[in-house]
Amino acid sequence: MKASRRTRLAAGFALVSAAALALAGCSSGGGSNAQNQDTSGRGPITYVQGKDNNNLIRPIIAEWNKAHPDEKVTFKEQSDNADQQHDDLVQHFQAKDSGYDVVAVDVIWTAEFAAKGWLQPLTGDLKIDTSKMLKPTVEAGTYNGTLYTAPWVTDGGLLYYRTDLIKTPPKTWDEMMADCKIAKANNIGCYAGQYADYEGLTVNVAEAINTAGGTIVGKDGKTPTLDTPEAKKGLEMLVDAFKDGDIPKEALTYQEEQGRQAFEAGQLLFHRNWPYIYSLASTDGSSKVKGKFAVAPLPGLDGTGASSLGGHNIAVSAYSKHKATAVDFIKFMESEKIQREAVVKASNAPALASLYDDPELNKQLPYLSTLKTSIENAVPRPVSPFYPAITKAIEENSFAALKGEKTVDQALSDMQKAIKTAGSGS
Amino acid sequence: MSSTAMGAARDSGAPPRSPRQQRGGLARAQRARNRNAFFLIIPSIVLLAVVIGYPIVSAIVMAFQKDAGLDAATGFFVQGGFAGISNFTHWLLQQCPTSDGGTTSCPPGNLGAQFWSSTFTTFFFTVVTVICETVFGFWMAIIMNRAFHGRSLVRTAILVPWAIPTAVTAKLWFFIFSVAGIVNSLFATKILWTSDDWPARIAIIIIDVWKTTPFMALLILAGLQLIPEEVYEAARVDGATTWKSFWTITLPLVRPALLVAVLFRILDALRMYDLPAIFGGGDATATWSVLVVQQMRQGPNAASALSTIVFVFIFLVAFLFVRFLGANVVQTTQAQQKGELK
Repeated sequence: MKASRRTRLAAGFALVSAAALALAGCSSGGGSNAQNQDTSGRGPITYVQGKDNNNLIRPIIAEWNKAHPDEKVTFKEQSDNADQQHDDLVQHFQAKDSGYDVVAVDVIWTAEFAAKGWLQPLTGDLKIDTSKMLKPTVEAGTYNGTLYTAPWVTDGGLLYYRTDLIKTPPKTWDEMMADCKIAKANNIGCYAGQYADYEGLTVNVAEAINTAGGTIVGKDGKTPTLDTPEAKKGLEMLVDAFKDGDIPKEALTYQEEQGRQAFEAGQLLFHRNWPYIYSLASTDGSSKVKGKFAVAPLPGLDGTGASSLGGHNIAVSAYSKHKATAVDFIKFMESEKIQREAVVKASNAPALASLYDDPELNKQLPYLSTLKTSIENAVPRPVSPFYPAITKAIEENSFAALKGEKTVDQALSDMQKAIKTAGSGS
Repeated sequence: MSSTAMGAARDSGAPPRSPRQQRGGLARAQRARNRNAFFLIIPSIVLLAVVIGYPIVSAIVMAFQKDAGLDAATGFFVQGGFAGISNFTHWLLQQCPTSDGGTTSCPPGNLGAQFWSSTFTTFFFTVVTVICETVFGFWMAIIMNRAFHGRSLVRTAILVPWAIPTAVTAKLWFFIFSVAGIVNSLFATKILWTSDDWPARIAIIIIDVWKTTPFMALLILAGLQLIPEEVYEAARVDGATTWKSFWTITLPLVRPALLVAVLFRILDALRMYDLPAIFGGGDATATWSVLVVQQMRQGPNAASALSTIVFVFIFLVAFLFVRFLGANVVQTTQAQQKGELK
């Protein structure tokens, strides 16, 4: 009796593991470079992007659908969380889903998706004209010399400053640091960006390093280039400002929102943030700086600084069955009419250069011409398939340096090594 | 347990037979019944294979595969192939690959370098929070066990922190602990609770204790309510002090329930993810689970190896706990259901 029970148990266990193994076998394997070569397919397509907060996309799609009854676009709306959008796209690409035709891609995902073979190169029949786009937005969509994602909405950092305390905004970092005595006299913090341990820190550190003339990775997108005097100078600017108290210590907890609140509460003389806070700081009930601030390009070494580039590009899935339609739809989204609509309705910074000089749009968004300067001087964050590992290496080591737990040299050499290991497989 | 249930079914279900038939038929009938039983449990075995066996086995299979690497010539990712145990040494020995195929110790900023520090963080959180929660939970349970006016109100109110979703809790306390938040203004300090290593760890412990003590309190209360009042009366007659009756009556009698509650909490605390992930604190508060999720985005196969390691560690902890402290989840639950005391 006892023995037979044991055999049964053993048989049961064997069955469980056999079934599990069989199931596990199904999932492994599967190459990734199998692209659908047919670029002339036409028919209905799906457009995928994150939450459409300003009800911008649906009317655009309705307009397209009216003109193209045989090539209708369906809108698939994702959540408003960037990580969830990323993971959703990854899952659908891994499943080779032909149902995701045109996808919105955060600029930092371009290289990863392209290197996995999930994006259709925008070449040959599918070539689109990018000559009228802002150059950095095109660079951010280019991997290995090939354009994979087309610029759609972009974003750049701006320097917000208090017009009641400063007459002319500083042009260079040294000028800004010199102005910090005004902040001290008024008993407020001088400057802050985003320095909490998250993606925003990479944005700010990359800005400092690029502004000082350094780079994070070389042209191949994976060889680190942080052992240069320029890179050192860049990180040193931030570390010294923390040491001198020119950047208040609590900025180590700032993401975009905490920084905005501090600026709106009148606690900062200078603040680096995205354009979105402009209207909030001018209209928020709790804002103490209404009508008392303006924007300038980020300060550089001896001219305009190098902003990091934000925003989303749009791309055609390699598994799409209707790529010709997909590219037509992208061209439609890039047209001046639609780009203008995106500015007017959602304050999205357009990729199209000409719109920044439009007087009417400038009336609506007073920061537009400054933003153009910022984006023209912007440097995309590393376009690398190993971006998650690179940003982790930058975040962790620069955070330690800003806190004073590591010297600048140590932090940069650790970053250099960590990015190197990221690029050598595993 | 299953054998007694089966035996009962056999007694009642067997048709009456003459003694002579029984001799040879019994063994055959028994075999047939065994076979039937086997077929009857196949559906559950298949279900278990799908929902438990498959994820575990596939994680282990993945853990021995290399993550996709870049083909330098084309710029495209290619399958990594068989990895041997390199994914495991990556975490346990902190070995990172170099471009020439060798290994080097992982530099800071690589997730591999973070394994032992996150192990420390995880165990530190577990030990401190479980001790605090047990002490406070016991205290709350004793209060709730007394008959007093408004007892049901207290019992309900005490549950509120446990009922709030952890994500919401984490965000609420994020504002409380922000630089300009109420904690800093109350004590007139400027501590960076969400960025500095130790303040962030302490903050997370405070939040977790605040949130989970009610759960402990309720489990212990269930144990306390099984202790009959007469035992205490007898102790009082014998002249025992409150302190003495706590140590000699309450504690020993509530021990089985307490151990089960502590075991649950330890397993829960070792898997902590949402609180540090949402509250922040960077690497100082990165637990095992946080590390697994970060690695998922960099390479799922190395993440599988990490989660396999974590699985083994947690299993070991649970095993040691059950082995040496004698926490028996099933027996205690059954005893409680029957109203027995051990």
